[in-house]
Amino acid sequence: MIEVRDLVKRYGDTTAVDHLSFAVEPGRITGFLGPNGAGKSTTMRLILGLDRPSSGSALIDGLPYRDLRDPLRYVGALLEARAVHGGRSAFNHLLYLAQTQGVPKRRVSEVLELVGLSGVAKKRTKGFSLGMGQRLGIAAALLGDPKILILDEPVNGLDPEGVLWVRQLLKALAGEGRTIFVSSHLMNEMAVTADHLIVIGRGKLQADMPVGQFIAQFSDTAVLVRTPEAEALRAAAGERGWTVADTDLDGALIVTGSTAPEIGELAAARGLVLHELTPQRASLEEAYMELTRETGEFAHRPAPAWGGADGRA
Amino acid sequence: MSTVTDKVPVFAGLAPLPEAKGRAGFGGALRSEWTKIRSVKSTLWTLAAAIVIGVGISALGNWGQSSHTTETAVELAHKDLVQRTMFGIILGQLVMVVFGALAVTAEYSTGMIRTSLSAQPRRLNVFFAKLVIVTLVAFVVGEIISFASFFIGAHFWATKGVTLTLSTHGALQAVIGGGLYLVGAALLAFGIGAALRHTAGAITLGVALLFVINIITNFMPTSWQNDIDKWLPYNAGSQVWATQHVADVGTSFSAWSGFGVYMGYAVIALILGLWVFERRDA
Repeated sequence: MIEVRDLVKRYGDTTAVDHLSFAVEPGRITGFLGPNGAGKSTTMRLILGLDRPSSGSALIDGLPYRDLRDPLRYVGALLEARAVHGGRSAFNHLLYLAQTQGVPKRRVSEVLELVGLSGVAKKRTKGFSLGMGQRLGIAAALLGDPKILILDEPVNGLDPEGVLWVRQLLKALAGEGRTIFVSSHLMNEMAVTADHLIVIGRGKLQADMPVGQFIAQFSDTAVLVRTPEAEALRAAAGERGWTVADTDLDGALIVTGSTAPEIGELAAARGLVLHELTPQRASLEEAYMELTRETGEFAHRPAPAWGGADGRA
Repeated sequence: MSTVTDKVPVFAGLAPLPEAKGRAGFGGALRSEWTKIRSVKSTLWTLAAAIVIGVGISALGNWGQSSHTTETAVELAHKDLVQRTMFGIILGQLVMVVFGALAVTAEYSTGMIRTSLSAQPRRLNVFFAKLVIVTLVAFVVGEIISFASFFIGAHFWATKGVTLTLSTHGALQAVIGGGLYLVGAALLAFGIGAALRHTAGAITLGVALLFVINIITNFMPTSWQNDIDKWLPYNAGSQVWATQHVADVGTSFSAWSGFGVYMGYAVIALILGLWVFERRDA
């Protein structure tokens, strides 16, 4: 378990982390969410003992990170994708880490195999793509078979296949009872990956709750519908007590108070043609942005902003 | 890239790790730092360059001087030819500065310091392990440069009828001292590098202290020069690879007190570097 207690980090006049307290429990994925510059990376560096807090503490199972006997065997960390020397091979990068605490050499080859980098193990990391760099960082984090993983934006720069791979990996690791603390600035990524969310904005805690609760609390159930028979659909939806709004996307409607299956079934029952039926998460992303922008306005629910750039944010 | 399957048993196929024994300590840090040094080509090239430049300049200089000198063997015997054989150290020391500085600043410029310190958060272990490895590597390279320079130089002077061997008065100490002087250059730069965390800044300051400062003091009034000269790092340190000292005149240190002054500068830099390394955010 990771425990952050009243943690403060100031850089001159700037307060990067502002009296932050939370706990990260084992056996689940805790998403650490906030826009760029919210203080996520600083908090992670403080947990890892890389930076000294101005006040407060961050403990790993009750101990400061510096007092862990064999940190790699206990905590695996991915900080930035490029915290490697480009002139060193992937294998040697992991080897010098392994050697600090007697992790056997074959383990290096094993984790490289696990992340799919065996073929480039002897290559210098200078030529690695961002995605390969991330995989190497994940390999380093898994090197000591740690019970706690701290990952800063692990899907940054990964292609869709890589994103899915990380998501599955994290779920499997959490399923083994490990503590997973993963940061992201993308709400939608966290909504499908995390079990629990810790949201910060400007260094302050904005939300600490299960993902389901966050979604229920902050998202409208809204569905975007395109149909050539808009008036008939509007009338039918009205009978059910659903709200139908126009959008500035030509001809598209937004139905709230219902779900996509319900609308589809209603249309089928009435013989209405549908061209599109898309559940909307726009308000969840909006809620998150509002939450992190206006600190302290936790309970504030923003007005839905339909028909933005692509309506899905 | 790896294949994506549904429910991945994450560590399937991975042998379980043996139980952790003991804490991440100094032994592990030493092995780790040795791997860091030997696994980067730029470090190996820097060391090779130090040898090529150090030995090469010594050889060229002694070849030139020995073939153009008009002095007789008797006159030459009164010169400090032993020190002259290692003339290339003057340039070799600059490459050792690069080596010493890079050993620590490369970790900061690449960001890997955060990876290193999350694996080994007890920073004193990392600092001293790095220091030991840098010292040993610099010692080996430094001694290669001084011994190779001496033997090549001795060969040229032999053609002028001057015999230089390790049993020549003071020669063995001076030749070993040449290598030690180069270790000092690397350590000075290592300390500066840890304090500044910036490659170009550390190299510039190292080169300034060992080289440029000697040129600048040449423009000072003679009375100042007499007071300052012997304290300059190069002047103090180079006594250890000389066989003749003008200590009796009161302007120069003896071999080991000069070397002590020189290493004093390195120790000051190392203490500053250690303080920054231990205290400041990584």
